[in-house]
Amino acid sequence: MTLPVPTISDARDALRRGDFSARELTDACLAEIEAAAPLNAFTTVAAERAREMADAADRARAAGQNGDLLGIPLGVKDLFCTEGVRSQAASRILEGFVPPYESTVTAKLWDAGAVMLGKLNMDEFAMGSSTESSVYGPCISPWRRSGDATPIVPGGSSGGSAAAVAAGLCLGATATDTGGSIRQPAAFCGVTGIKPTYGRCSRWGIVAYASSLDQAGPVARSVRDVAILLRHMAGHDPKDSTSAQIDVPDFEAALTGDLRGKRIGLPAEYAEGLGEETAALWHKGAKMLRDAGAEVVEIRLPHTKYALPAYYIIAPAEASSNLARYDGVRYGHRARLDQGDGIVEMYEKSRAEGFGPEVRRRVMVGTYVLSAGYYDAYYLRAQKVRTLIRRDFEAAFGMVDAILTPVSPGPAFGLGEVTGDPVQMYLQDVFSVTLNLAGLPGVAVPAGLSANGLPLGLQLIGKPWGEAELLNAAHALEARAGFDARPRRWW
Amino acid sequence: MTIDAATARKVAHLARISVAEDELEQLARELSGILGWVEQLQQVDVDGVEPMTSVTPMKLRAREDVVTDGGIRDKVLANAPDAREGFFAVPKVVE
Repeated sequence: MTLPVPTISDARDALRRGDFSARELTDACLAEIEAAAPLNAFTTVAAERAREMADAADRARAAGQNGDLLGIPLGVKDLFCTEGVRSQAASRILEGFVPPYESTVTAKLWDAGAVMLGKLNMDEFAMGSSTESSVYGPCISPWRRSGDATPIVPGGSSGGSAAAVAAGLCLGATATDTGGSIRQPAAFCGVTGIKPTYGRCSRWGIVAYASSLDQAGPVARSVRDVAILLRHMAGHDPKDSTSAQIDVPDFEAALTGDLRGKRIGLPAEYAEGLGEETAALWHKGAKMLRDAGAEVVEIRLPHTKYALPAYYIIAPAEASSNLARYDGVRYGHRARLDQGDGIVEMYEKSRAEGFGPEVRRRVMVGTYVLSAGYYDAYYLRAQKVRTLIRRDFEAAFGMVDAILTPVSPGPAFGLGEVTGDPVQMYLQDVFSVTLNLAGLPGVAVPAGLSANGLPLGLQLIGKPWGEAELLNAAHALEARAGFDARPRRWW
Repeated sequence: MTIDAATARKVAHLARISVAEDELEQLARELSGILGWVEQLQQVDVDGVEPMTSVTPMKLRAREDVVTDGGIRDKVLANAPDAREGFFAVPKVVE
């Protein structure tokens, strides 16, 4: 077992050959996690359970099993409920919450033989783009600017997932994406992440933020690895009525890298406000897809600029409803009450103490836009704009097979560099949030480095349920980008 | 849309989040900033547009009307901040 830890596909082959055991691979990851404490990527390490699961995988292999994920060690975003292992959505309000059940997505991964190493840091309730708003403290990216020791954010909200994969602490990780929370951290950390079509993965057992936008997906080191993981995370679940009864294809089998006869669209609207480096990378990406045989054409998505404001009405509205359940009664934090305090004071004090500033803000914005007299002006109008955004994509997909865009306006920023005005942080999601509103799949692929040495990613957007074709386009892009940079180990 | 301190107090109460009196001005400014920014949606012509109500059009199927879970009182109560004699305990609700 040599370091850094291998990709999932390489580990799969090595485990089948018997080069090392699942237990050796798991022990190597656990040692790397311990050494990487300064990153604050893992918030709970389930070492004993991981070793038991690894041993069970080795026994299963000896008994003749050899599935894709048998013995593969993974990290799990703290948003997923994991039976018997603390799950807090990085919030104080879920202090000490130990779920008595397992989320459907993680249960499927463990059924496939994967090993759970522990839980990963994130923005509180998945509300953020930097993993700075976590009750566990911020997660730090393994990347640094060249010749500069300033701590860099890993992106968010799935910053722990992306940082842990980039630092080689685990082979892959689960993540979730409501407005860009898989793709932006993947891009910031130089790894690959896919947000599937809404309904591809069950949301059961994942702490809800904005239910019409939330979708689970994997983060890993290659397109092949996310293809392997997604196959084992996806599928209909009777416990989530919005999970689709559509067959899950073998995404890995679709990875030919051949894009002959395919058309890729570049939306003119995404050029607005783009940094010079990101714009140059975008055009390089288009050339790579052309080299793979695709025809690249300009398209229009005229309502793009309204996606972000629509999102910041719809997501807080749904959050204010979803987060109403944190009342200090059934689980989590309850405030210490003063003499004479009644149940309303219990709610108000528990929620004030339990929610961080960004969560409080979004719950209150959501409460306001849903309140009597304002519903039509805000929420209903935003839902109509959402229809227009979906129609833009439907029209575009009449002409193209996939759409290439940047993931975020620029590379990762330094810790504490985007604070003060909340809207400045929201602008991180300007290129990613459109997909969530339209329910479409999107994948972030690392494609280059900025002048100051930080990763830059490109996003490919696919048709609904077209993840196989989308991952194939991503595979072609990955092959031509040849991104093989790794963070220099400073921790 | 400008939110004043009185509106901020009302919203905080509706959201059941206590906010100290001396923090209301700051909260009102933050909410005004966000709501002022989303105001740009007023520029969009949405006449005759249906609001989106289902992300991926699909028919919801009814499941069999049978009990699939239950009888797990202790598990349900296991994470409660205060549980007594098989119940969630809360401050007095009715006099």
